[in-house]
Amino acid sequence: MNELIYFFNYVVVAGSVTGCIYAMGAVGVTLIYSILRFAHFAHADMMTLGAFVVLLLTMLFPHAGDALGLPTAIVMLPIGMVFTSLVAVGIDRAFYQPLRTHKVKPIVMVIASLGVTLMLQGLIRLFAGTGAQSLYVDARKEIFRLEVPGITRPIILTEPQVILFVVTIAAVVGLHLFLTRSRLGKAMRAMSDNPDLARASGINTRLIITLTWVIAGSLATLAGTLLSLDVAFKPDLSFFLLLPIFAAAIVGGVGHPFGAIAGGFLVGFAETLAVFNWSVLLRPIRDSLPDWLALPANLALVGTEYKIVVPFFILIAVLIWRPTGIFKGKVI
Amino acid sequence: MTMSTSPNRDDASQHRRQAPAPTPPTRPIRELVLFGGLAAIVLGVFAMMGPAYATRMLVEAACYAILALGLTIQWGYAGQFNAGIMGFVALGGFSATFFSIPVNHDFWASDLPWRLGGVLLAIVAAIALVWAVCRVDRLGVPKLLRTLLAVVVGLVAYLVVVSWLREVTGDIQSQVDFVGGLGLPVWLGWIVGGALAGGVGYLIGHICLGLRSDYLVIATLGIAEIIKAFLKNSDWLTRGTATISPLPWPVPDPGAVGFVTARALYLSVTVIMIAVIFFLLHRAYHAPWGRMIRAIRDNEVSAAAMGKSINRRRQEIFVFGCILMGLGGAALTSFTGIFDPQGYLPLNHTFLVLVMVILGGPGNNLGTLFGAVLVYVIWIMSGPLALAVMHGVTALGAHWFDWQPGNLDSRALQARVFVIGLLILLVLRFAPGGLIPEKVKHHD
Repeated sequence: MNELIYFFNYVVVAGSVTGCIYAMGAVGVTLIYSILRFAHFAHADMMTLGAFVVLLLTMLFPHAGDALGLPTAIVMLPIGMVFTSLVAVGIDRAFYQPLRTHKVKPIVMVIASLGVTLMLQGLIRLFAGTGAQSLYVDARKEIFRLEVPGITRPIILTEPQVILFVVTIAAVVGLHLFLTRSRLGKAMRAMSDNPDLARASGINTRLIITLTWVIAGSLATLAGTLLSLDVAFKPDLSFFLLLPIFAAAIVGGVGHPFGAIAGGFLVGFAETLAVFNWSVLLRPIRDSLPDWLALPANLALVGTEYKIVVPFFILIAVLIWRPTGIFKGKVI
Repeated sequence: MTMSTSPNRDDASQHRRQAPAPTPPTRPIRELVLFGGLAAIVLGVFAMMGPAYATRMLVEAACYAILALGLTIQWGYAGQFNAGIMGFVALGGFSATFFSIPVNHDFWASDLPWRLGGVLLAIVAAIALVWAVCRVDRLGVPKLLRTLLAVVVGLVAYLVVVSWLREVTGDIQSQVDFVGGLGLPVWLGWIVGGALAGGVGYLIGHICLGLRSDYLVIATLGIAEIIKAFLKNSDWLTRGTATISPLPWPVPDPGAVGFVTARALYLSVTVIMIAVIFFLLHRAYHAPWGRMIRAIRDNEVSAAAMGKSINRRRQEIFVFGCILMGLGGAALTSFTGIFDPQGYLPLNHTFLVLVMVILGGPGNNLGTLFGAVLVYVIWIMSGPLALAVMHGVTALGAHWFDWQPGNLDSRALQARVFVIGLLILLVLRFAPGGLIPEKVKHHD
């Protein structure tokens, strides 16, 4: 049974954590895509930016969270979300909107978003340096060990992971209610279906675009902060996130928020399962195996250093066999 | 100046036959001024930093110009954007290294080559096996069962082959350090590097070119990181982070004839390469093939209606661009003299080239060359400049706010990342055609 607990700790928990992060990132990418019709490559850097703002705030007020019994970074999250949303809207007004009014091809918008990526990366590294920093300033990360009766190995969960699961569920439910119940959410869906028709029927498309950036920026801050809280803040965080997030968005069907969530978990679990060393699970039956089937010590599908191959492989497989994604996204 | 039309387009372009006499060519004042200014800057660098530094800069700029020509045919001619130049550069660099460095006799004297060959054969056999299982439905096996079988067989074959490979590569690493090179002339490595890059480009293009152009960006970005991860972690093949140096040059090296002469000789080799590429591209651009490529870029639907095979042409141009990138990357790596997989950075090898192309003029070969040299000179010179500015700012900051940032130099270099990003956005916004825009011929 120890092996099962090990599997739970290293696959189920780790996969859910990565899945939550990828899902929140992919929802942002897919929303921007469905409203503005281009792949927003700066999204992973918006996540880093959000985490960085929260880190700065936490460093300024290290004990703000003590009164509530939460990590300070969580208390600072709303401010970070507001700030990142403002930055996102500002970037849109300054750089994307002029290009939109010139009616450039979507690929030019993609290049512009690469430019924004570089700007954000440069700014963050200019101020944050290049090293990793913990978001727990002056505090300790709480670790919960759940004893399972009859088994020596406990189930291990950390405080940020629990918060991450709660926040992800809240964000997904909130997004669902917003998109299906509220007037603005319905307007947003209308615009993603047909921008011209939406404009003709009196929907304020400018407002919808602003709203899209606000939602994407907030989700990016949430995901970036919670990831940095779980591991550590690194300025090159975005680099490891970009490919999985896009793979998740495409797997789920571009322009399909709930598909993006499913895609995020799929990519997250695929990554975790691929780097998991399966020979640990087979250890109990190792001695009863015949000689010609000796198990190698390392039975992982790919080494940790090749983790990036997994989302790429998923991406390629989806592009070959089902370019619309598993939930049939719209524009290809 | 009438467009030469292929017979099947005669009816559609009949009115073009009576095109008026071509307008007299205007003098290329803009080009002359810009290139004159560039020459003045380069001469200034010669005067300030000395000939050895300036020739090094020019050789590197020439190698980057080859990369930029590769991107300009992909992005400028055909509108296909490639965000993974770094990967193709690294492939070219690896090939140049592998072909040119001396043979590792320890490796070839042991039984390791046979074992490695055996594993490579096993990989081929595994691929053949999986391929065969994929076809088993032709023998009447249900499709679902076939898919299941293929997945299981593929997984098992993969695990077995990879465990063998790990064993052999581990032995190579522990017994003979790494496989060594082939000890062949450098130029052979450059050509193979171009071919390797072209092959990878073919695979990527085959998958992505029929889809939206965004997907190509994502896929190239991913493949570049994967190539880098492979080169970095395959210690048995590339020594990984331990790096390989020195790399031989195709011309006498500095030890024999002195720095300036050796670099000048290297420069002449790269300039000859550029001249040949430039000539060929110029011919291709003005040939019917080039017109077809531009027609596909500007109006895909009508080009398809004319019976042009859009995906085939895109595939061609994408592969050509990748070949140039591999070639340029090989020349660049040989010149640097050290093969360090970690030295390939998206900023230096992808985005810098992007800036060169969009600033110089996508689709205009001359503009691309101009952009490559100009941006490279600015890039090289901006390092010391950024450091000086940063020192000034921190001196003021320490004076006013008691601000003491750590690792100053690396931060100052990060400021250049910001500037490159801003430059991309400004050019896209205010000069979408670049400094020397592509001249589109109009026929009334």
